[in-house]
Amino acid sequence: MEKIRVENLTKIFGHQPKAALRMLKEGAGKDKIFAKTRNTVAVNNASFSVNEGEIIVIMGLSGSGKSTLVRCLNRLIEPTSGNIIIDGVNVLDLDENALRHFRQQHLGMVFQNFALFPHRTVCENVEFGLEVRNTDPAERHGRALKALEQVGLKGQEDQMPAQLSGGMQQRVGLARALALDPDIMLMDEAFSALDPLIRRDMQDELLTLQDEMQKTIVFISHDLDEAIKLGDRIVLMKDGAIVQVGTAEEILTNPADDYVARFVEDVDMTKVINAESVMKKVEIMAYYKTDGPKAALRKMQKAGITKIFVRKGQRVVGLVTADNAVRAAKRGDKTLDSIIDSNIRTVSSDTSAIELFPLLAESNDPVAVIDENERMQGIVNRATLLGAIADTLQIEENGGQDAPPTEEIYA
Amino acid sequence: MNAYKIPIGDAIEALIDFFVTNFSFATKAFSGLTENGIDLLVNLMMLPPPPVLIAIFAGLAWLLSRQRSIALFALAGLVLIWNMGLWAPTVSTIALVLIATLFAVCTGVPLGILAALNETAHRIITPILDFMQTMPAFVYLIPAIPFFGLGPVAAIFSTVIFSMPPVIRLTDLGIRQTPKELVEAADAFGCNRRQKLFKLQLPIAMPTIMAGINQTIMLALSMVVIAAMIGAKGLGGEVWKAIQRLQPGRGFEAGIGIVIVAIILDRIMQKVGNKAKT
Repeated sequence: MEKIRVENLTKIFGHQPKAALRMLKEGAGKDKIFAKTRNTVAVNNASFSVNEGEIIVIMGLSGSGKSTLVRCLNRLIEPTSGNIIIDGVNVLDLDENALRHFRQQHLGMVFQNFALFPHRTVCENVEFGLEVRNTDPAERHGRALKALEQVGLKGQEDQMPAQLSGGMQQRVGLARALALDPDIMLMDEAFSALDPLIRRDMQDELLTLQDEMQKTIVFISHDLDEAIKLGDRIVLMKDGAIVQVGTAEEILTNPADDYVARFVEDVDMTKVINAESVMKKVEIMAYYKTDGPKAALRKMQKAGITKIFVRKGQRVVGLVTADNAVRAAKRGDKTLDSIIDSNIRTVSSDTSAIELFPLLAESNDPVAVIDENERMQGIVNRATLLGAIADTLQIEENGGQDAPPTEEIYA
Repeated sequence: MNAYKIPIGDAIEALIDFFVTNFSFATKAFSGLTENGIDLLVNLMMLPPPPVLIAIFAGLAWLLSRQRSIALFALAGLVLIWNMGLWAPTVSTIALVLIATLFAVCTGVPLGILAALNETAHRIITPILDFMQTMPAFVYLIPAIPFFGLGPVAAIFSTVIFSMPPVIRLTDLGIRQTPKELVEAADAFGCNRRQKLFKLQLPIAMPTIMAGINQTIMLALSMVVIAAMIGAKGLGGEVWKAIQRLQPGRGFEAGIGIVIVAIILDRIMQKVGNKAKT
C-alpha cells in the first residue's frame, strides 16, 4: 500500500524562485543557477514513494538536501513546486488550518538536536502534541506515560530534559512523537547527535518498536551503515536530486553511478551480506520417512558429499554423516533414527554474515537456512560464506568479473 | 544660518496645545481617578504602624527571594529609613514606583510581543524606543503638566514613558531568541500562533522579560525622584526640598533612603528572574 508519494518535488531558496525554476526546467545545473540568480536549489525534482509500514532512509552527505526534503513533507519548508500526496491527500493543497490538523493527526517528527522544551518536564514534553490537539488532561497524561514506557523511560517523567543524558533526551523526543500515535514518523538525523554505542542501541530499539507499531517511517541519515540497518529501502540524494532508490543490497551490489559507488565503498560488506545471499541451494536431501542408512549413503556418494540434511515433510529435522550411515548400514538398521543428529543449527534468511561467522567457527557442520515454516531454503558453510565475501570484494575491485570457484564440499 | 529656523519646537508646541485643548478633559479626568488610586494605596500602606509594614516588607522579600540575607537587609534598611524620619515619603515613593511599573509592564509586554511577532510593528516600535530612551528624562516632565496638572499623576505619566522601553525591548528580544529548532518542533506538532506563544515563546522568554521588568523598576525609581520637580512627593520631594534649602545632610539622608529602596527592589526582582530561568 502506497502511503506517501512525492512527485517532482523542488525547493529553491532565494528571492527569484520562479526564474530559477525555469532555468532548472531548461536543464541548467545548480551551480549555474546560483551564479546567475543567487538562488540555491535545495531539492531538485525529487520523486519517490513510501509504502505503508516501511522504513525508508533518505541518505546523502550534508548539503544534499535531505533535511529540506523531509521538511517539505510536513511543509515546515514550503516547496517551490511538485506534489506530496499522503493517503491520497495533496499536502500542498491544504490551507493553514487544515495543515495544522494534518500535522497533528498524521505526522510525528523527531529532531536531530532533540528540540525538547526546556521549561517542561519529560512528561509535559511528551504530552505536548496531545495538549496542542486539546486532548483531555487525564487521557493525555495516560498516553504520555505509555509512550515513555515504550521507550524505556518509565519513572523519569518528572525530570527536566536538561537532567537527562543525550540518549535519554532523544528517547523523550521519540516518545513525544509516539504519544500522538501518528501513522507517519519523520525522523531527521534522529540518532546522529548520539555517541556510537547509544546510537546502536537506539537503532535496535527503533527496529523493535517498529515490529510492534508498523508505522511508516521516513528516516534521514548521512550514515550508510545506519541506512542499511534501518532502511527497508534507501533513497540516495546528491546535490538535491535523487540518484538511486532501492534496498541496501541493490544499492551496494549495483550502484547506479560513480557517486553511489564511491559512497558505498567503505561499507562493511559483512553487514550487508546475509544468509540468503550466500547460501547454496540444496538439491539433495534424505527423506526421514522413506530413506534408511543405505539410501542416504547412496545419495551422498552420488552428490560427492559427506553430510546430508534429513527432512520430514517440508521440515528439516536433522543431519546424517556418511561415517554414521556406514556403521548403521553394517548394523542392518532400516531407519535413520539411530544416527540422525537432530541438534542442527538453523538461521533465518536475513541473518547477516557477521552473525554467521561465530556459528561457523564453532563447528564445521553446515548451517541450515530456513524460512518461517522451517522449510529448507539452503545451507551455509565456511566455504560458501568466505567465497561470497571474496566475490563482493572482487566486484568492488574490478567491476564484477567472475569470482574464483569456491571449494565445493556439500550439495 | 539663523535666518530661517526650522520650527520643530513650534510644531511640537502646536501639537501638544492641540492635544491639550481637545483631550485634556479626558486626561484630567483620568488624572483625578489615578490620583484617588494613589492616595488609596498610600493611605492603605500608612494604615498599619511602620514596624508592622516593615515586617510585612521583610517577609515579602523573603517569600519572593527565598534568601535570608535579602530579607535581613530589607528589615535593617527600612528600620534605618524609619529612624531617619523618612517613612511617609518612602511609602509614597514605593507606591508611585509600583503603580508606574504596573502601567509600564501592562503596556510594555503586549507591545513587546507585537514587535516580536510582527515585522512591521518591530520596524515602527524600535526607532520610537530609541527616541524615548535617548531623550533626557526631564523633557517628559514639561508636557505632562498641561495634560495632568502638577502632581503625582503627571509624575507617573512621565515615569511610565521613561521606564517602558526596556520591558518592550527585552520582551521582543526574549521571544525572538526562542531557539529555531523549538519553534520548528512546535510547528511540526501543529501549534497555532496562540499556542506557540503561550506554550513555548513566552515561557522561554520569561527570564529575559523579568530582566526587562527589573530594569523598568529601576528606571521608574530614578524617574520618580526626578519627577519630584513637578510635584511628585516622596523621597525625591525630600531631595528637592534639601536642594532648595541647601541642606546637604537632609539631602543625603533622602538619597540613602532611595538607595535602600532600589537595592531591595533590585535584589528581589533578580531572584524572581532567576527562578523563572529554571
